[in-house]
Amino acid sequence: LTAKTNIQIASSTVPLALRARENTSLWLALGFLAVLPIVLPYASLAGTILIMGLFATGYNLVFGYTGILSLGHAAMFGGGAYTTGLLMGHSGMHWPLAVLAGCVVAFAISLVFAALALRTRGIYFAMVTLALGQCAYQSAITLADITGGDNGLRGFSARPFQIGPWMLDATQPLTRYYLMFAFAAVALFGLWHVLQSPFGIILRAMRENLDRTRACGVDVRRAQLIALCISGLVCGLAGGLYAVHLSTVPLDTLGYHLSGQVVMMTLLGGMGTFIGPLIGAAIFVGAEHLMADITPYWQAIVGVLFIVFVLFCPKGVWGTLADWRRS
Amino acid sequence: MLSLDLIFQQIVTGLALGAVYVLVAVGLSLIFGLLTVVNFAHGAIFMFGALAGIRVLEHTGCFLAACIGAIVVSGLIGAVSERFLVRPLYGRGIDYPLLLTFGISYVLVDVARLLYGREGLSVELPEAMQGGIDLGFGYFPLFRLALIAFTLLLLTVLWFAIERTRWGLIIRAGAHDPVILRVLGIDVSKVWLVIFALGSALAGLAGILAAPLRGATPEMGDGVLVAAFVVTVVGGMGSLVGAVVAGFGLGVAVSLTTLFAPAFSELSLFICMTLVLLVRPNGLFGRASVLS
Repeated sequence: LTAKTNIQIASSTVPLALRARENTSLWLALGFLAVLPIVLPYASLAGTILIMGLFATGYNLVFGYTGILSLGHAAMFGGGAYTTGLLMGHSGMHWPLAVLAGCVVAFAISLVFAALALRTRGIYFAMVTLALGQCAYQSAITLADITGGDNGLRGFSARPFQIGPWMLDATQPLTRYYLMFAFAAVALFGLWHVLQSPFGIILRAMRENLDRTRACGVDVRRAQLIALCISGLVCGLAGGLYAVHLSTVPLDTLGYHLSGQVVMMTLLGGMGTFIGPLIGAAIFVGAEHLMADITPYWQAIVGVLFIVFVLFCPKGVWGTLADWRRS
Repeated sequence: MLSLDLIFQQIVTGLALGAVYVLVAVGLSLIFGLLTVVNFAHGAIFMFGALAGIRVLEHTGCFLAACIGAIVVSGLIGAVSERFLVRPLYGRGIDYPLLLTFGISYVLVDVARLLYGREGLSVELPEAMQGGIDLGFGYFPLFRLALIAFTLLLLTVLWFAIERTRWGLIIRAGAHDPVILRVLGIDVSKVWLVIFALGSALAGLAGILAAPLRGATPEMGDGVLVAAFVVTVVGGMGSLVGAVVAGFGLGVAVSLTTLFAPAFSELSLFICMTLVLLVRPNGLFGRASVLS
């Protein structure tokens, strides 16, 4: 029996109920993002949640589903953001194209990550990805002539463009939100498709037991590489949209704090669930927004919240809700 | 112009930088070797040691007291974190303690901002340590030489303690097999508490020793933590010898890059790491079995 037929058998034995629930997860996720700017007081806050949610969902593919802890995903996010910003600023490219170019660069960055970090395993992988992410951060400082260094990348804006009879102007917050939503919806749909495929089942199998998956004849390193690259692609998209959203790219988009925050968002919402990272991003961005108004020491509060979740609620909001509903 | 003197001077600067890396990385390795916890709060504890130490120095005017203050404060932070936060997570995989310590570092950095201000504190070297000394092949800053000598002395003591004493025997046995150690009637959780506190105290000590070289801000831990990770990856996880060799080696590499290609000084750490990973994925002194 080849590995492929094994997997096909595995995929056909996935309970239909599970598939149906995952299906509702996708629609829930899309519905959640669709109503967000209507519910929230500012469309720009909703935009940040959408972007961070997309980032965390892409990250969740490796952290939650494949079970490898990367601490350098800011490199993909920032790589996408800087590429988009540079292309919009220097060559005056239309922003949707620049965002797609950002995805390509993020994909290339994740290939480099995979080539180096996948030589190691477990906790070592986390440390190497952290160092590689920091390497990207330092490179941006070193190349200050191009990237703007500490000040971040400035001096570009999203020009409006015409599709048929419609004039699409991304400087309008609400228009921008729904344009970004269109990108995010495509990415979420793609991710959902990946997770339902036999490959998605391999990912979960690797998370549960790497050695046994290897013994089943799966090339685990290749599967991890593909997962990392798909994840990088989505995170790069989120980064590119972030550049459009802010009309500037702060240096922090490459910093290791962002790599840590995406882990927090994923864990807060529920790792290994489809909608969890979106909820986690909403909680995180919302909490940051509220706390920053009240106290300059919001970081400590976020830290305490995170500690409490790790200790008492490691499955996150959505994971705990799902457990509770099942029992 | 590039003279031999200048190169020697950069090597000494690099060794002093390496000494700080070594102290931080040895604590990290010790904690990982026994508890299999990657302590992400290590950088924040390093920072806390530095700031608390400087406060002690301001009050007493004695650098030795500052060092003791740094050791006590950071050791206590480590002990409290282990006892009340990390301990409930044992047996729940390797990711959760790591994420937990990440949260702790967030809190510590903000607490430091609250206690010591956002700009951090600056520190004057004790008078006895100011100035330089002529070694025959160049003129070197006294403090850096003292830092290197002190680190070597401390490492010797640590090596002796681990390899030659009864306490060290327990530590080595604990790294090898904690279950058997418990069977033999030793309270393993107490050993772990002590090791976590000891590793943290080493980080705090490194913090106050590094403060005169680079100043102390609440964010100073970030770079050091990443450097310590690179040292651990290059040296090999859980290997003390590896941490020492890689720490000093990388310190010199960074400082020589500063001399020859200043723009790449910060990047040189990562370039070294990449090269080592390509040739020896387990690090220079690492064993494959430690990973799994």
